[in-house]
Amino acid sequence: MFKKNMAPRRMKQMGARSSTDGHFLQQAYIYKVVLLGGTTVGKSSIAFRYVKNDFKESMPTVGCSFFTQQVCLETATVKLEIWDTAGQEQYQSICHLYYRGAKAALLVYDITRKETFARAKLWLRELEKEFLHDEMVIILVGNKTDLADQREVTFEEAEEFAKIKSLMYMETSAKSNYQVTELFTAIAHELLKQEQQEDPGLQLRKNSCVDLQEPNGQTKKCCMS
Amino acid sequence: MAADVHKRKGWEVSNGSLMPADGQQTERSESPTPGLAQGMEPGAGQEGTMFVHTRSYEDLTSPEDGDIASKSPEEGPEERAEQTSMEQISKDFSELSTQLTGVALDLEEEMRPSQEDKTDLSPLVPQRDSVRSGKQEEDVTMDTWRMHQKHVFVLSEAGKPVYSRYGSEEALSSTMGVMMALVSFLEAEKNAIRSIHADGYKVVFVRRSPLVLVAVARTRQSEQEIAQELLYIYYQILSLLTWTQLNHIFLQKQNYDLRRLLAGSERITDNLLDLMARDPSFLMGAVRCLPMAAGLRDTVSSCLQQARAKSLVFSILLSRNQLVSLVRRKDQFLHPIDLHLLFNLISSSSSFREGEAWTPICLPKFNSSGFFHAHISYLEQDTDLCLLLVSTDREDFFPVSDCKRRFRERLGKRSVYHALQEALRTPFYSVSQVGIPDLRHFIYKSKSSGLFTSPEIEAPYVSEEEKQRLLELYQYMHSRAHNSSRPLKNIYFTGPHENLLAWVTSAFELYMCYSPLGTKAAAASTVNKLMKWIRREEDRLFILTPQTY
Ligand SMILES: Nc1nc2c(ncn2[C@@H]2O[C@H](COP(=O)(O)OP(=O)(O)OP(=O)(O)O)[C@@H](O)[C@H]2O)c(=O)[nH]1
Ligand SMILES: [Mg+2]
Repeated sequence: MFKKNMAPRRMKQMGARSSTDGHFLQQAYIYKVVLLGGTTVGKSSIAFRYVKNDFKESMPTVGCSFFTQQVCLETATVKLEIWDTAGQEQYQSICHLYYRGAKAALLVYDITRKETFARAKLWLRELEKEFLHDEMVIILVGNKTDLADQREVTFEEAEEFAKIKSLMYMETSAKSNYQVTELFTAIAHELLKQEQQEDPGLQLRKNSCVDLQEPNGQTKKCCMS
Repeated sequence: MAADVHKRKGWEVSNGSLMPADGQQTERSESPTPGLAQGMEPGAGQEGTMFVHTRSYEDLTSPEDGDIASKSPEEGPEERAEQTSMEQISKDFSELSTQLTGVALDLEEEMRPSQEDKTDLSPLVPQRDSVRSGKQEEDVTMDTWRMHQKHVFVLSEAGKPVYSRYGSEEALSSTMGVMMALVSFLEAEKNAIRSIHADGYKVVFVRRSPLVLVAVARTRQSEQEIAQELLYIYYQILSLLTWTQLNHIFLQKQNYDLRRLLAGSERITDNLLDLMARDPSFLMGAVRCLPMAAGLRDTVSSCLQQARAKSLVFSILLSRNQLVSLVRRKDQFLHPIDLHLLFNLISSSSSFREGEAWTPICLPKFNSSGFFHAHISYLEQDTDLCLLLVSTDREDFFPVSDCKRRFRERLGKRSVYHALQEALRTPFYSVSQVGIPDLRHFIYKSKSSGLFTSPEIEAPYVSEEEKQRLLELYQYMHSRAHNSSRPLKNIYFTGPHENLLAWVTSAFELYMCYSPLGTKAAAASTVNKLMKWIRREEDRLFILTPQTY
């Protein structure tokens, strides 16, 4: 069954709020952004750095954490709804719940652990099954650059992979606050760019794609409830 | 004892707000008597209860969960047939016990170079292998490991390690092997609880297919109490996976390594074990409320009640493992065990402090086959007030999140947020308020409401060890009062450092701790005074008017 509650948030809400509260404001863009990747790669730390501009020792996420953050760009204000998912195995079967309807996905890995890079690649495969190529902005994120001496995944290797798969790519450090804000700003820019490039025809097609969100046989199988 | 307590007094209306709702029995006696009906004791809800009715911890070990069959190897005629296996067991066990808690100190001394030698010889002496995994490692060959009060292991029926409280599971796999052998000897039927007593400690097994839970304890707890803790661990695992999923996994693959699936959640189980050693909630099978004026609580509850969504089943406001308010769907009751698991989940992770969490959670006592989705968030950055909204619909994040917003808005409008913060500042009261000079501490549980109250633990129980010792004394009293073969209603215990009194009726349980100077008669004569005090304070200490949507 198609769920109404989460669905409307997936689409940009143009001026919807301004008309209700009587003020006329610029267009309000709301995008759902999801953080995916193995456990302890630093997803929550990246979100926390971005939203609170702080870093502290964090514990594994339980289920999923939700944050919102406004990004002011020259042309528009973008509100990001950030879903920080749990990387732990036990939550994997419900992750589709969290990335469904997302406009952007951050595939985060830890540059000091090769296996987390492989994990990010697996995530990409899963997303490719669920989304059309132009439906989602995907950005590969190598985190923990402050631990450069323990690096196992080179910048070039990841960059090459991102190029082949036409993903955006960035390296960050939540700890030393390297490129975290830039990361989200880049995503907001890209989302806005795609929005503005869209012609009405494309828009129509995209809206009809909402049906894709409906759990197919395969995702249903993983539901645990 | 306590002959004067038995005087029945009619309940006098001393406070209008205490008036029971129409149609309710108005016989709330001022001080309860053993004959007092359940539902009339202090702390009993005036308009029904919030929780599934439970018979304290017996509920955990009741037939529904399998029967208690804790026997020492020697006793019980039916055990005779297993004589040979019992011999084998005691042999295995003596090996196991040296492995676990062995105090063969001289042998240890021989085997280990002395401290000075060790530093000198360190390049020559091979380092002990310490196995690494995610959590902090302890060398299982070390004394500290053996000295722990209680070890807990969880394994699959195929003998695969699932969880170990201290040290890594791999390092313990040989120990686990011995235990599995023991379990297979001991287990004729499923769902049984068995125990072995050996010098100074007990080994308790609980089998809940497809898992086996084992505790090796040096505490004074009864095997029933230890089994109860093991069952909490079992339920904790179910709350992450559901019973259905757990079973499905092991049906598919008998020797599945469950650690993979549970990786990262060991800390939740660790936290639960720590909490159970500290917090009497688990022993009492009851929930403690944050003390506050009844009017304030009612306002908060109605704010919570109004901020509802279709899919909500329970709305729970809590602060540091104390309940502030609970609103439930009319036809649904929460089980105290499920609430304990939720409290534990929240207290075991700081990650809920940021953002809004939305997570699947199984409430095994409510329904062990499916997940609810819980919205968990703190009301404000620097407060301990945590809001937990339990929804049946995992797609309902935004409507449920909106309930939180509306709840906060309502609190603000009715300007109770500040008063609430104020109440948080005094989460405990002092026992001196009761006015019984020799009384140091007490625990009072109302059976019908599933709520209990207890003052702050004060001097002489200042250090962590002293606090734990006090709880252990309560555990001891509790185990004697609930001994399955010979339950006692009244117990007076004289110890070197304190005297304790326990009184268990069908309506309530009371445990009191006195200074060692007093006498039994003196103690008994104060019970009435305490009960009167609780009656007078009950609307502050308990939730008497639980609300529903
Ligand atoms: N050195 C360094 N450590 C980091 C960085 N980011 C995160 N960490 C640490 O890595 C560990 C895991 O970080 P989290 O943010 O909790 O990881 P996560 O990806 O959210 O993990 P899950 O919630 O289990 O999926 C923590 O100990 C962080 O302190 C970083 O940029 N540099
Ligand atoms: Mg996280």
